Amino acid sequence: MGQFGIGQPLRRKEDPRLLQGRGQYTDDVNVEGQFWGAFLRSPHAHADILSIDLEAARAAPGVKAVYTSADLDADGVPDMPCEVELADLAGAPMWKPMRPILARDRVRFVGECVALVVAQTQKQAREAAELIEIDWSPLPSVADAREALKAGAPILWPELGQNTPVHWQNKPSLEADAAMAGAAWRVDVNIINNRLVPAPMEPKAALASWNEQEGESLGKLTLWAPTQGGRKIQANLAKRYLRIAQDRMRVISLDVGGGFGMRGQTYPEYVALVWAAKQIGGAVKWRADRTETFFSDYHGRDQVNEAQMGLDEYGRIVALKIHTLVNLGAYMAENGPRMPIEGGGRIIPCCYHVPHFYFSVKPVFTNTVSTDTYRGAGRPEANFLMERLMDAAAEATGLTRDEVRRRNFITEFPYKTPMGYVIDSGEFARGMDEAMRMAEWDTFEDRRAEAYSRGYLRGIGVAAFIEAAGGRAPTEDMRVRAELDGTVTIFSGSHAHGQGHDTVFSQLLNEFLGVEPARVRLVQGDTDVTPKGSIGTFGSRSSMMGGAGIKASCEKLVAKGVKIAAHLMQSEPDAVTFSEGVFHAGGSEMSFTEVATAAWDATRIPEGMTPGLDEGHNFQREAENFPNGCHVCEVEIDPETGIAEIVRYVAVDDCGAVLNPLIVHGQVYGGVTQGLGQAMIEHALYDAEGQFVSATYMDYGMPRAHRMPFVEAGFNTVACRTNPLGVKGAGEAGACGAPPAFIGALVDALRDYGVTHMDMPATPEKIWRAIYGAQFDTQKSDGIYAEVT
Amino acid sequence: MHNFDYHAPKTLDSALALLRDKEDGKIIAGGMTLLPTLKQRLAAPSDLVDLATLSELKGVRRDGDEIVIGAMTTHADVAANADVQSLIPGLAHLASVIGDPAVRHRGTIGGSVANADPAADYPAAVVALNATIVTNKREIAGDDFFVSLFETALERDEIITSVRFPIPERAGYEKFRHPASGYAVVGVMVAKFGDKVRVGVTGAAGSAFRATDFEAALEKSFTPDVLLGIAVSPDDLLSDIHCTNEYRAHLVNVMARRAIAAA
Ligand SMILES: Cc1cc2nc3c(=O)[nH]c(=O)nc-3n(C[C@H](O)[C@H](O)[C@H](O)COP(=O)(O)OP(=O)(O)OC[C@H]3O[C@@H](n4cnc5c(N)ncnc54)[C@H](O)[C@@H]3O)c2cc1C
Repeated sequence: MGQFGIGQPLRRKEDPRLLQGRGQYTDDVNVEGQFWGAFLRSPHAHADILSIDLEAARAAPGVKAVYTSADLDADGVPDMPCEVELADLAGAPMWKPMRPILARDRVRFVGECVALVVAQTQKQAREAAELIEIDWSPLPSVADAREALKAGAPILWPELGQNTPVHWQNKPSLEADAAMAGAAWRVDVNIINNRLVPAPMEPKAALASWNEQEGESLGKLTLWAPTQGGRKIQANLAKRYLRIAQDRMRVISLDVGGGFGMRGQTYPEYVALVWAAKQIGGAVKWRADRTETFFSDYHGRDQVNEAQMGLDEYGRIVALKIHTLVNLGAYMAENGPRMPIEGGGRIIPCCYHVPHFYFSVKPVFTNTVSTDTYRGAGRPEANFLMERLMDAAAEATGLTRDEVRRRNFITEFPYKTPMGYVIDSGEFARGMDEAMRMAEWDTFEDRRAEAYSRGYLRGIGVAAFIEAAGGRAPTEDMRVRAELDGTVTIFSGSHAHGQGHDTVFSQLLNEFLGVEPARVRLVQGDTDVTPKGSIGTFGSRSSMMGGAGIKASCEKLVAKGVKIAAHLMQSEPDAVTFSEGVFHAGGSEMSFTEVATAAWDATRIPEGMTPGLDEGHNFQREAENFPNGCHVCEVEIDPETGIAEIVRYVAVDDCGAVLNPLIVHGQVYGGVTQGLGQAMIEHALYDAEGQFVSATYMDYGMPRAHRMPFVEAGFNTVACRTNPLGVKGAGEAGACGAPPAFIGALVDALRDYGVTHMDMPATPEKIWRAIYGAQFDTQKSDGIYAEVT
Repeated sequence: MHNFDYHAPKTLDSALALLRDKEDGKIIAGGMTLLPTLKQRLAAPSDLVDLATLSELKGVRRDGDEIVIGAMTTHADVAANADVQSLIPGLAHLASVIGDPAVRHRGTIGGSVANADPAADYPAAVVALNATIVTNKREIAGDDFFVSLFETALERDEIITSVRFPIPERAGYEKFRHPASGYAVVGVMVAKFGDKVRVGVTGAAGSAFRATDFEAALEKSFTPDVLLGIAVSPDDLLSDIHCTNEYRAHLVNVMARRAIAAA
């Protein structure tokens, strides 16, 4: 069993099916007699709707219904709330707007839903949507958070009177100010963390179906949609929007083409479609096209950070002050303002001990689509800022970049952060040493000189980072059932959409029950079938939350199995042991499958016992866990074009106990790719009029495989002390380490040109301007990039 | 996508007749540019006339001191063609760096040239090699073909049948590619015909143009270094979210020097 157990590099069980095109996605589902929906979206960044004329659309061929906010209002469907509660230091709560499902009287970003057309075919629905006539009265708009705070900027919410709904601070800045005043060195870093689109391969899609056959008392709404586990969406749709019992709503997520944090939310499209299905008493299907995906999926990042750090004469941090602006978009998404304050706040100030920490955050409304969770959700932003500060500290103090980090790493655990979170474990210096060793840091200067002799500029960057995994929802519900045919089914509350749970959870069953992975079936993503306490997958939580739930379920199965085995082998339960899938009693033995089969036969089990081996466990975590690691990136710049090529990339991860190294490395590669995408080419760019000008793949730079480096991945394993498997998350680490490692390398390569920082995406033009900078205005290019063939 | 009628004519004449007779007929070649436009509902032709069945528009042949490429020849076929590879390797290279493999196996030279995207690659070769665009009606000199952004000398019912490329002594193409789209942010082809040199620049401006300052210098000495001091004016060049005109002007020089080195 060692071959398939914990720690083995088992290949992904799910791949043959997915790679051979046998996946089943939402768009693959159809029900008899379904209608199609199409949304009319706002072409304006900010405008009043003076009137809407639906007559032509309603009369168009095949049209069943056309809905606007008036219809939803008439039925009492409420607007969408933000779930985050914040207050300023005086205790005044954050002001929160509500988002109408379909725009009411005013639109506030390009792509906002205005009307829903339901017709017999998709084409009819789209064509009818084009017939809706709206009399718009455009308003001035603003897309950039800094611009939105300037006097005279267009105001998104007149009832608030300004564009920031709260000024949140962790505490007054007095202590940090005093400590800063006494610092031997002070470094300032001002950075922009660029806005990104999550860009899942599968666009949003939905099929909402009202099943009347079961009669009014059992009638049920089903929503097929790509989610990260539909339980919360089920609860929202049922209780808030439709006002039906939660179980009268069923949410099914089949295969999902990428989550990245943007699939957990109850999007307005889902609400409108489910409501429309109920209205017409039938089914309505919808599939976003790529442009809608760009316009309406919640975006990620988009922060502006200004920070000052003070160090003593030994290079130890004495104080840190951070001022962050986070661009919320026009409305507040479910988690919007949570990104810097809780998303990043769970780890900030990252791997370092900071005695006096002041943190100020202003969320800002702009005429853009909302921002919300995206791979790392605040932690990549926090780590990027801290690592830029540490590089600046090295520059100021004259210490090497690794030494200044070493002098400030947290070394004693458990460690309580200034924000009150407790980090259980970590060996940050050891991880950095290992990454630098793997990357041959100490011979870098030779490589720099060699590159220089060829006319290229080389640089190397190091980035230590810390993550927080398994936060927020503190429980997860898992169930394991032994079947009669020797297979075992996992009913999983957590939800895989690329993470490989089928493989990893099978390894856990192999470890705990001795069952072969080929005999394990994973059932997930159906609120009628998965445990009622299921939550889903986000924030790198599944190894801990799902894994521990499986472990506990297996322990219950074994405990019951021991009693049954004792009964069948005429022994005492105390005398029965279970190991490697076999129950032993004296000289006799029974396999797990034999006992499981017997367990379902009421005549073969102890009297009074409920038949079956079917056990669930609602795991409640003690604490979240703190994955961490260190990346080293080496770049070579062609100074004539400004193109930076990554020539070496090392990622060392502490994700606690490693359940499957292949899967972890896969997560790291994906995260690194997203991180490098952010650092090199990705930019969700709005122009001054609030038009989203990089909203196609012809303009938005998705990282391509051929430009990605080979990542040498290593482990610096420190088992987590606060969960039964000793695991830490692995999903978001790569996206935290890559941006600072790359930018650090770039700045190192350009040091001779006086470059101390470069904002992302660091396009060739920006790099070229840094080199030939004197004659040009370096701020001029906000643009995207290019590469030579 | 709006509805349209689809036609697959068997002869060039019937293709032309369809174009003349239909209210708003449009040619479809590889569809790599046209189909996305239709899907985004930015165009709504009444009829599509597919040239795919016209085998006489496909293929590459040598004709004296020219290479003749049929309008319906895909980029991949041009890149892989033995004559192109041996006689104008710079052109084979150009075709091999268009877009991605899927685009290269569908997109055609006729479609690319007719579309006159300012960031397309072929226009650099049309200009630098002084190619002739052959249509059902006439022959159009490379220098006269590209009028402006997405605009050519073609008339509504005119079909490109082939493009004739004179075989140069040497030619090289170098491209600074946009990683999102694969198109040329700047692409330069430099071609030497005896003591004459032609430099075609694409991507940098509204349509492909000749860098005549470069040509004059290169006719004196066909080496990359002679271009070092020759600045390109950014004034008439494109500036967009991807690159400023100043950067494009700089890249024209860099790409030209690299094209010479590759020639
Ligand atoms: C992702 C992507 C990346 C790309 N990258 C590049 C790149 O890097 N470099 C580059 O140069 N191009 C690039 N292209 C464009 C590609 O080369 C297209 O194939 C080309 O522009 C059009 O050729 P087509 O055969 O597909 O024409 P179609 O799309 O079928 O037609 C384009 C236009 O030309 C007209 N037309 C077609 N054939 C003829 C003819 N024989 N006579 C008259 N008119 C005709 C059509 O009516 C239509 O208006 C890219 C395209 C995509 C989708």
